[in-house]
Amino acid sequence: MPDQHTVRSYEEELRLLDKKIAQMGGIAELQLGQAIDALEARDPALADQVISKDAQVDALQRDIEEQVITMIARRQPMADDLRHILGAIRIASDLERVGDLAKNIAKRTLAISSENLPKTLLYGLKHMAELAQRQLKDVLDAYADRNSDAARLVWTRDEQIDATYNSVFRELLTYMMEDPRNIGLCTHLLFGAKNLERIGDHTTNIAETVHYLVKGTTLAENRPKGDKTSSTLLP
Amino acid sequence: MDMSMQKTLPQSSKPVLDASAPPKIKARKVNVYYGEKRAIQDLDVDIPRNAVTAFIGPSGCGKSTFLRCINRMNDTISICRVTGDITIDDGNIYDRSLDVVQLRARVGMVFQKPNPFPKSIYENVAYGPRIHGLSRSKAELDEIVETSLEKAGLLKEVKDRLQESGTGLSGGQQQRLCIARAIAVGPEVILMDEPCSALDPIATAKVEELIDELRKNFTIVIVTHSMQQAARVSQKTAFFHLGTLVEFGDTPQIFTNPSDKRTQDYITGRFG
Repeated sequence: MPDQHTVRSYEEELRLLDKKIAQMGGIAELQLGQAIDALEARDPALADQVISKDAQVDALQRDIEEQVITMIARRQPMADDLRHILGAIRIASDLERVGDLAKNIAKRTLAISSENLPKTLLYGLKHMAELAQRQLKDVLDAYADRNSDAARLVWTRDEQIDATYNSVFRELLTYMMEDPRNIGLCTHLLFGAKNLERIGDHTTNIAETVHYLVKGTTLAENRPKGDKTSSTLLP
Repeated sequence: MDMSMQKTLPQSSKPVLDASAPPKIKARKVNVYYGEKRAIQDLDVDIPRNAVTAFIGPSGCGKSTFLRCINRMNDTISICRVTGDITIDDGNIYDRSLDVVQLRARVGMVFQKPNPFPKSIYENVAYGPRIHGLSRSKAELDEIVETSLEKAGLLKEVKDRLQESGTGLSGGQQQRLCIARAIAVGPEVILMDEPCSALDPIATAKVEELIDELRKNFTIVIVTHSMQQAARVSQKTAFFHLGTLVEFGDTPQIFTNPSDKRTQDYITGRFG
């Protein structure tokens, strides 16, 4: 039963594309995990590792783009192949941003490494990070398995990250109001939290791409959005 | 997205297929036999008017056989037998009283290998209208020839040498001459059987551009082996396999998200 392309090299190129996405995803997952660990442990050396890994992610994105462009020219892909390789270029772009955002979190770790980090604030961020890590892992698995139901699940769960971000946001505002000496630290943490929320959004983007790749239809217009911070006044 | 948002988007200037218009050609339960062998099986299809419909499928799938049913070219094959109904504008073309010569003026055909008559360029185009009595004077005939060559995108290249032989033209020009010849008799439908297979990419592009122009006034059915050509020129695509119409739908959808796995396997090169 022919599920393989008659031209084997075409088949191999498509598998290679998947491998590259998997590799990129793996590094991004690692970056995210290590960035939060570095924050918690106040470990500048670990933060540096996260930052330096980003070059690999960027290089993979460029490589994937090049491969996709060449494949479009040479193979003139149709149907599922077309959606697959266009999906790969979009996912690579989202993963590259995830890597940048993780790197940014690590940079902030370096900035606040000498400060005292209150446990409650850290707890909120850790919770966000765990949700984001789970989203990222699940969506990459959905891609590898071509599972649109799993992708849809990731898509709907973004609200959890948004909800956690809302509460972290309020907490940080409270902290800053209590004592202006906290402002420096809290601002960095606020950006860190925003980065995690953005990582969540990128995994949702990837989920939408996976769904389209598998089904050929887009998920419904109204993506679940729970981020209310743009209208949050001082608590 | 809602319709009000749709209206503010830039729209293509190309004519959109009118889905509400009645189909030009209708086939119902068509079966075609070559002797004992059944080449087309229980075919039902509606070909839209003023649009290009592409027939794709592997060799031997029946697409050219069905194409030849539409202008009854299969009549010339003695062992070929057609059953079922094929209508053009609701008129049965296999009706006993139908003048098949008239049918072949209404339904023109262009073949894979350009086949101009061994006559002058002018005569190639004038021959049909003359024998059908479509003109009352030389001036009218000249007009028909000029208009047809113009519509076929060939006039500018040949207007100063209409008396030269048609066979002296390049391959792409010959094919466009054949198209001019077909449209000179005022058809409603133009059938094209792999019209660009023998042409270089530039000639192919010119013929494709021509097809795009012609669809405003004609119903076009094109058989092609090139997936990309079918995707480029047609609004509807029919995928044939082993004598069956497997899938028929809007061209963008067939090539980005076909419903049938066989269609997907064929267009992505997974067949065989």
